Amino acid sequence: MQIDLRTVTIKPLRHTFDNIARRIGADKPASRYQEGTLDMQQEANYHYRPTWDPDHLIYDRDRTAIRMADWYGFKDPRQFYYGAYALARAKQQDTAEANFDFVENRGLAATLPDDIRDTVLKLLVPLRHVAWGGNMNNAAVCAYGYGTAFTQPCIYQAMDQLGIAQYLTRVGLLLGDVEALDAAKRAWMEDDTWQGLRRYVEDTMVLRDPVELFVAQNVALDGLLYPLVYETIIDDVLSAKGGTPVAMLTQFMTDWYAETRRWVDATVKTAAAESDANKAVVGGWIAQWRDRAAAALLPVGRIALGARADELTAEVVQQFNARMAKAGVPV
Amino acid sequence: MSTVFIALQTNEETRPVIEAIVQDNPDAVVNEQPAMVKIDAQDRLVIRRETIEELIGRPFDLQELQINLITMTGNLDQTDDEMVLYWRA
Amino acid sequence: MDMQAAKKKLGLKERYAVMTRGLDWTPSYQKMEDIYPYIAYEGIKIHDWDKWEDPFRLTMDAYWKYQAEKERKLYAIIDAFNQNNGHLNVTDARYINTVKLFVSGISPLEYVAHRGFAHAGRAFPGPGPRVACLMQSLDEIRHAQTQVHAISNYNKYYNGMHDFHHAHDRVWFLSVPKSFFDDAITAGPFEFMVAIGFSFEYVLTNLLFVPFVSGAAYNGDMGTMTFGFSAQSDEARHMTLGLEVIKFILEQDPANVPIVQRWIDKWTWRGYRVLTLVAMMMDYMLPKRTMSWKEAWEVYFEENGGALFKDLARYGITMPKCAEQIALEKDHLSHQAWSTFYNYAMAANFHTWMPDEDEMAWLAGKYPDSFDKHYRPRYAYWREQAAKGNRFYNKTLPMLCQTCQIPMIFTEPGDPTKICYREADYKGDKYHFCSDHCKKIFEDEPEKYVQAWLPVHQIYQGNCFPEGTDPSVEGFDPLAAVLRYYKLEHGRDNMDFDASEDKRNFAEWRGQATRNI
Ligand SMILES: [Fe+2]
Ligand SMILES: [Fe+2]
Repeated sequence: MQIDLRTVTIKPLRHTFDNIARRIGADKPASRYQEGTLDMQQEANYHYRPTWDPDHLIYDRDRTAIRMADWYGFKDPRQFYYGAYALARAKQQDTAEANFDFVENRGLAATLPDDIRDTVLKLLVPLRHVAWGGNMNNAAVCAYGYGTAFTQPCIYQAMDQLGIAQYLTRVGLLLGDVEALDAAKRAWMEDDTWQGLRRYVEDTMVLRDPVELFVAQNVALDGLLYPLVYETIIDDVLSAKGGTPVAMLTQFMTDWYAETRRWVDATVKTAAAESDANKAVVGGWIAQWRDRAAAALLPVGRIALGARADELTAEVVQQFNARMAKAGVPV
Repeated sequence: MSTVFIALQTNEETRPVIEAIVQDNPDAVVNEQPAMVKIDAQDRLVIRRETIEELIGRPFDLQELQINLITMTGNLDQTDDEMVLYWRA
Repeated sequence: MDMQAAKKKLGLKERYAVMTRGLDWTPSYQKMEDIYPYIAYEGIKIHDWDKWEDPFRLTMDAYWKYQAEKERKLYAIIDAFNQNNGHLNVTDARYINTVKLFVSGISPLEYVAHRGFAHAGRAFPGPGPRVACLMQSLDEIRHAQTQVHAISNYNKYYNGMHDFHHAHDRVWFLSVPKSFFDDAITAGPFEFMVAIGFSFEYVLTNLLFVPFVSGAAYNGDMGTMTFGFSAQSDEARHMTLGLEVIKFILEQDPANVPIVQRWIDKWTWRGYRVLTLVAMMMDYMLPKRTMSWKEAWEVYFEENGGALFKDLARYGITMPKCAEQIALEKDHLSHQAWSTFYNYAMAANFHTWMPDEDEMAWLAGKYPDSFDKHYRPRYAYWREQAAKGNRFYNKTLPMLCQTCQIPMIFTEPGDPTKICYREADYKGDKYHFCSDHCKKIFEDEPEKYVQAWLPVHQIYQGNCFPEGTDPSVEGFDPLAAVLRYYKLEHGRDNMDFDASEDKRNFAEWRGQATRNI
């Protein structure tokens, strides 16, 4: 029996789940981000200890040195729950697809000056391995971090990094061939240019503190790499030399970084604002990993910038420091 | 002989897909359930891109099936041209 | 253009290979065992991760595109369902109790699956399985959230769901599904994959979702039907992952076979015990029935699982032995479970009731060998008592099985008149089990299962009262205190459906739609 029920006005017994009402302070309609995030992770009465980490509970606040009275103090300014996330990325991939089509259909890759193509292949294609590391590291933060508000964006970030690695692979295939991917991998494994960065990535893969890993990957490394490579090198330096098609192929990364850094900043800010102890720990991590990342990126920057690499990397570091100061962690 | 099956949501997008499956697998049995169609076949079931494209008159990517898939059984082998479900004898 | 044309176009498999495994490298600055510390201790031997066959080859751009389309459709239907008071279209208000069971028992498991696949994905050194696991991790948070979002509207109008996260971590029967997933995520990454990827997703998920989702369709619940089918579209990917994982492990080394067989035996049984809740939902809680539990078991396990284990026989894998006992239990499982919940309706977050005459006839038809003989007389008696004002509520706490955590309600295989009890001694303590299979699981890993947070033990130890409770004061009411600890509202969330606010409200609201007031 189908009855027309639209006209019935009934008073709801409650407007959201009790745990949400407790957190937002009143029984009022809550957002999908809130209902899909708050208290999603189990909190009490775990049955067994992990056989792979018997010193900790399944989800354990003590896996990190950061202390939070409430791990749901973290908020994603983008308010990403899965649906909002998937829709946002689908829109960006639509643009990316159109950009790739545009470059491919008009044969723009062939119009690139040889030295630009060469630079792009040498610089961008090995970065797909860096993104792969970003995928693994964010998966680890998601797996071993505490509280959905902190861990949820990390699975999105992990899969974004995989997407970026795949876009970079397509750039390699478009401007070169499968051979270009192999050459880039050889460089990644053997060339001096890349060894500092590869060591950085491998060293982060053994970090056990999820918040430190978050800092080393999302704050320090990506916080320097994206402005240096995508903003400074591709959008400014290469575009001025006829490399605009490359900027089209990497638009996803540029937009993605502008969006995700807001979440990264908010996370740093919340952790540091919690206590002086947190601030000291986070600040220490940021300074340490920033210095290592800057040193590792310098030879990579030289591929495109030559002698100007030192100066432009220093500029990026300065901007990074200003950004961290704004997030409440002067370093 | 073992049964392999695939179940799809019933809607406008899957109608030609189901038709294509029936064309390519003459022995397949179609079971209609509320909002869902389950197609059983013996040992092997193939879904061919070309057959679907002929029916819908536009290019079709087999990965589009993702959207309306409910469940399936058997080993899966997927290429650009076909998706095969099978049991090994 | 010429340069483009000269290039060979990569096929799906090659293309996917450069997009995933091509990204990986062998580290030299850190040791493999430090980057992947969790893969050795289970004893599984992998010689060549490159032998991994990718099931669905979905790159992230395609993933985003298709998933966004699913989400758009799903939320459009949820919105329409909510705006139109779609909940008043369900067959009758008893149906809503399946939704309560689902959101408090199953949705939180979707979340654990999300975290578990993030862990497994990170743990595997092979890039193929790693990517597949991480994609599943992403899907699983989708499932957890779409379920909460779809059910959110029910929570506004009906009781029992208002604090489901809190309930999941505490309420006695919810420790059954919770301990199942806790068991899986605390196992090593290979066992997790066999437990969830294979045994649960591949072998048992059809029994959970197809009946639940078609149950929703039969009972007019468009919202639930839509999220169910939408989640299932991801499930097809997960199922093939589960099957590929198992084939991969088995092909890598013959020494893996007995380990995997033990896991398949264990997890088929563990999963089946959790499905007890689904069995009773199918046979008792859906006002309009789809198929009986027994029929579903026959189609989705005996027939389909039979084909699967025939396929795996080449490796020396056999049908789990517990299948024999499950076949004996299929005439009894749902009835014994429903009787238990009818008994303990005081301490549950959903309502129970006795089936009416038509429903009894349906049950007798579906279970000709057991229903009239063993269960109808029991129900007739309870109904008679209820009519006299003596609706029976059991206030004595039951003994729980140490492994599956279900009360010891199941009967001996082959003798439905005798309760099945098993016990084992470990380090000076006695442990109790519902079955030989649960006992065997315990004996294989006693140090794990002695840790179980058993709700009844915890109540007796005084750990399930709100903070500050003094059980020694005169007139202390332990049940009331436990319900407060559960955050269940006595008289609204629990007890018999007949006297429930849900029933009254639903009737009144539906009345408004059909009458002029
Ligand atoms: Fe799921
Ligand atoms: Fe048991």
